[in-house]
Amino acid sequence: MTAARSETEALRPPLADTPARRAILAGLKRRPRIRGALIALAAIVLVVLLLPLLASQDPYDLASFSVMDSRLPPGSESMDGMTFWLGTDSQGRDMLSAILYGMRISLLVGLASTALSLAIGVTVGVVAAVLGGRVEALLMRLVDFILGFPTILVALVMLAVIGRGVDKVIIAIVVVQWANYARIMRSAALGERAKEYVEAAYNLAYPQRRVMFRHIMPNSLNAVLVIATVHVASAITLEATLSFLGVGVPVTQPSLGLLVASGFDYLMSGDYWISFYPGIALLALIFSLNFVGDRLRTALDPKRA
Amino acid sequence: MTGDRPPVLEVRNLQTVFHDLRGAWPAVNGLSLTLHEGEVLGLVGESGSGKTVAGFSILGLVDRPGEITRGEVIFRGRDLLALSPEAQRQLRGSALAMIFQDPLTTLNPVLTIGEQMAEAILEHARVAAAEVRRRCIDSLRRVGITSPETRLSQYPHEFSGGMRQRVAIAIALLNSPDLIIADEPTTALDVTIQGQIIAEMQALQRETGTAMIWITHDLGVVAELADRIAVMYAGDIVEIGATDDVLDRPRHPYTRGLLNSVPGDTARGERLRQIDGTAPPLSARPTGCAFHPRCDRATDICRRVEPPDTAGPAGRRWRCHHPLPEAAA
Amino acid sequence: MIDDAILDIEGLGRSFTRQPLLAERLLGLLGRRPEIPMARAVRSVDLSIRRAEVLGLVGESGCGKSTLGRMITGITRPTAGRIRYKGAGVDEMPPAVRRGFTLGVQMIFQDPYASLNPRQRVGDILAEPLRVHRLAQGEPAIRARVDAALAEVGLDPSYRQRYPHQFSGGQRQRIGIARALIVEPELLVCDEPVAALDVSIQAQVINLFLDLRARRALTYLFISHDLSVVHHVADRVAIMYLGQIVELAPAAELFADPAHPYTRMLLAEIPSVRNRKRRFHAVKGELPSPLHPPPGCAFHPRCPSAMARCRTEAPALRAIGPGRTVSCHLFADERGPQ
Repeated sequence: MTAARSETEALRPPLADTPARRAILAGLKRRPRIRGALIALAAIVLVVLLLPLLASQDPYDLASFSVMDSRLPPGSESMDGMTFWLGTDSQGRDMLSAILYGMRISLLVGLASTALSLAIGVTVGVVAAVLGGRVEALLMRLVDFILGFPTILVALVMLAVIGRGVDKVIIAIVVVQWANYARIMRSAALGERAKEYVEAAYNLAYPQRRVMFRHIMPNSLNAVLVIATVHVASAITLEATLSFLGVGVPVTQPSLGLLVASGFDYLMSGDYWISFYPGIALLALIFSLNFVGDRLRTALDPKRA
Repeated sequence: MTGDRPPVLEVRNLQTVFHDLRGAWPAVNGLSLTLHEGEVLGLVGESGSGKTVAGFSILGLVDRPGEITRGEVIFRGRDLLALSPEAQRQLRGSALAMIFQDPLTTLNPVLTIGEQMAEAILEHARVAAAEVRRRCIDSLRRVGITSPETRLSQYPHEFSGGMRQRVAIAIALLNSPDLIIADEPTTALDVTIQGQIIAEMQALQRETGTAMIWITHDLGVVAELADRIAVMYAGDIVEIGATDDVLDRPRHPYTRGLLNSVPGDTARGERLRQIDGTAPPLSARPTGCAFHPRCDRATDICRRVEPPDTAGPAGRRWRCHHPLPEAAA
Repeated sequence: MIDDAILDIEGLGRSFTRQPLLAERLLGLLGRRPEIPMARAVRSVDLSIRRAEVLGLVGESGCGKSTLGRMITGITRPTAGRIRYKGAGVDEMPPAVRRGFTLGVQMIFQDPYASLNPRQRVGDILAEPLRVHRLAQGEPAIRARVDAALAEVGLDPSYRQRYPHQFSGGQRQRIGIARALIVEPELLVCDEPVAALDVSIQAQVINLFLDLRARRALTYLFISHDLSVVHHVADRVAIMYLGQIVELAPAAELFADPAHPYTRMLLAEIPSVRNRKRRFHAVKGELPSPLHPPPGCAFHPRCPSAMARCRTEAPALRAIGPGRTVSCHLFADERGPQ
């Protein structure tokens, strides 16, 4: 045994970690653009988590605000001496607090719907790619069918059927989004399936399920994850649109979209802040998510590795 | 063969480094060689030896993160590296040509063969369309492509791998270059096709007197094709000389190791006399002689001091503190 | 059939084709179905692999040797013919026995960069077959077998923590060999195992094969396009061209006295360090595509000895000496012990 060892490369350590891995981390530290985007995102998430401390008012607690304070411009003071930094809406809610809570809803919807869609879409994609034949044909026709409809239309119909609420909105988004991931996952999985380590897995008589989920799936996820980071933003946009149209979250738990919608009627009379600031917040959230997603896509590009 | 005419190419002390987050690592470490008219030099090395980078550096085709940091490439009396990029570009494709390894990616898939060949001519001279066509057909015929007139209007995907490589050679020959650098041109091809292409290159080279540097890892190919052989390891030429001399009487242990690694001399079924270990990565070049960790003749001086370039008769050179004795095979 | 054969194949074939398109099906209904392209990667191969031998399989790209290797390993299903493993027909095997065949014939792949799961640590790659098939009980036993497997191919046991990308091509190939050996196979099918490696690393891996063969009394099917490597390691050599075996002989005899014109061409074309400044003579023709094989003998367009008969009639595999068979009309009148 030892004789064989001394003649081979056992004495030399294997090659160092690929520069790519370290380069990505170092690059993240050094490149201000990614840093800026990550900081923005982290700030938002942090704020979102810490808002009970920051918000001077709980916008869900109907007792904490009064109609007497409605439509006050930014910087005004309330009866009890609290400053409405961004003004109030038609109900008397502090806009800043409403925005902070609203972002939580938006982020929750974005992340939850993307995570669920990923889970479903990725499974369907891998199963279709590996099993092939009729199963694949059936699943892919279903995917084509769903993708053939405009997203908003499907969501509207769904919400009309199942009603309003944050959880219902998530379901509606998932029903449409999973198909995207299924399609991408399927082509990535088809590519991986042809590789020799998968042939080796079959050669070692591993059951089909193991080959699908322990071998092919993890290696096909790259393409999908990159799309997912961008889709979080589009899920948020979708929710905002649905809420704006009045079929999304309930009025008592406003998301950013709903806040924008509620201020729409007052734009013309000069009370811009009710729509404007939530809009800005929405923009900032989506922009940062897209930005980081874009940078992550470049960083994860296998050709760089 | 060498005679009184000045050499076509003289490379002096060429150094090319690659930059990464941690520093600049030499891929070509002070390379010097000479090439005369009509001569074929085989540049032999394994992955990590720097042979491909050397080929590109001689042509000045090194992009970031690589950088040529030192040395001169004297081509027909002028230092290529000191010329302006425009002047370099003029030379490349006319007097200096390169043939690359992968026939699938060498040709532009959206242009016909005729268009690509015409481009190669017209970039360097003003030639009438009829003359351009004539030269293209001529060139294709010379590399053994039948019915060249029809082939001109075809696209690369309509050719097989071997044919595509032939077209690449035809393009290289269009402007009657003085020097061709071929980087593993037959490695991706089957043995029988490889044989055909080498035969054709040999015939063409003899006919036109073009000097050639043939970069490869295949000792068998250079044995049959090259007039001189240069063996590269970790960015240096460790041995150079006439083919017969280097292959029958190697002076450097690495050359001998390479020769032993190929089944041929060893009896069937017997273990080959392998070289232990692997080539060092760019960023971890051993001190002293780069080959010392794998050499069975290494002593203390090999670990500390880089071996000098020792010259023998008739242009024979090697870099080793303990070269193999002359009589050994 | 040879008695101590570990594996027999009879008439084995594999074709690749596609399903007819809707338009083609419609035309078929009208009685004018157009021809659907079919590539016969492997036509009809009869072969026996004897226990403890090294059988070399040589051919150029497109000859079907890789496909044949994958059918023998059980990765690809044949479309024609039968395989018998240790005397039993593979198609008739019940699932449990069939699994013994799949595990008993392991493949070493060509591309060291694609043959290992990039997301698994080396230790897990090697332990997985033991866990899935319960070949070892308990973590300590599994760990011991993994360490032993690594040591056997000359790698340090601490490497089990690392990922494949941290290794060089030669090391990855060793890991692939360790993975194949850990299930204690009887037959190793090596599909161009050293083609992607540098010459000096090739020598290391070839030596590893020779050591393993001596130590474990394994049987090998060694597929390669490199005749000089095959000559060095093989006992018998089969030459393949366009999906068929055209010659089969003991290695020494094949190289000393090749019969088939294609074998002669291959041998003449291999560049060798011994030959100096040989004037290459151009050999005519390109490799035909398996979609459009030439009629008669598949080699006739490139054969220097082609006769009229070769254009129309495909030659059969005939014995021309003890253990030597050839498929060529030049030997049509040879008789010999089968």
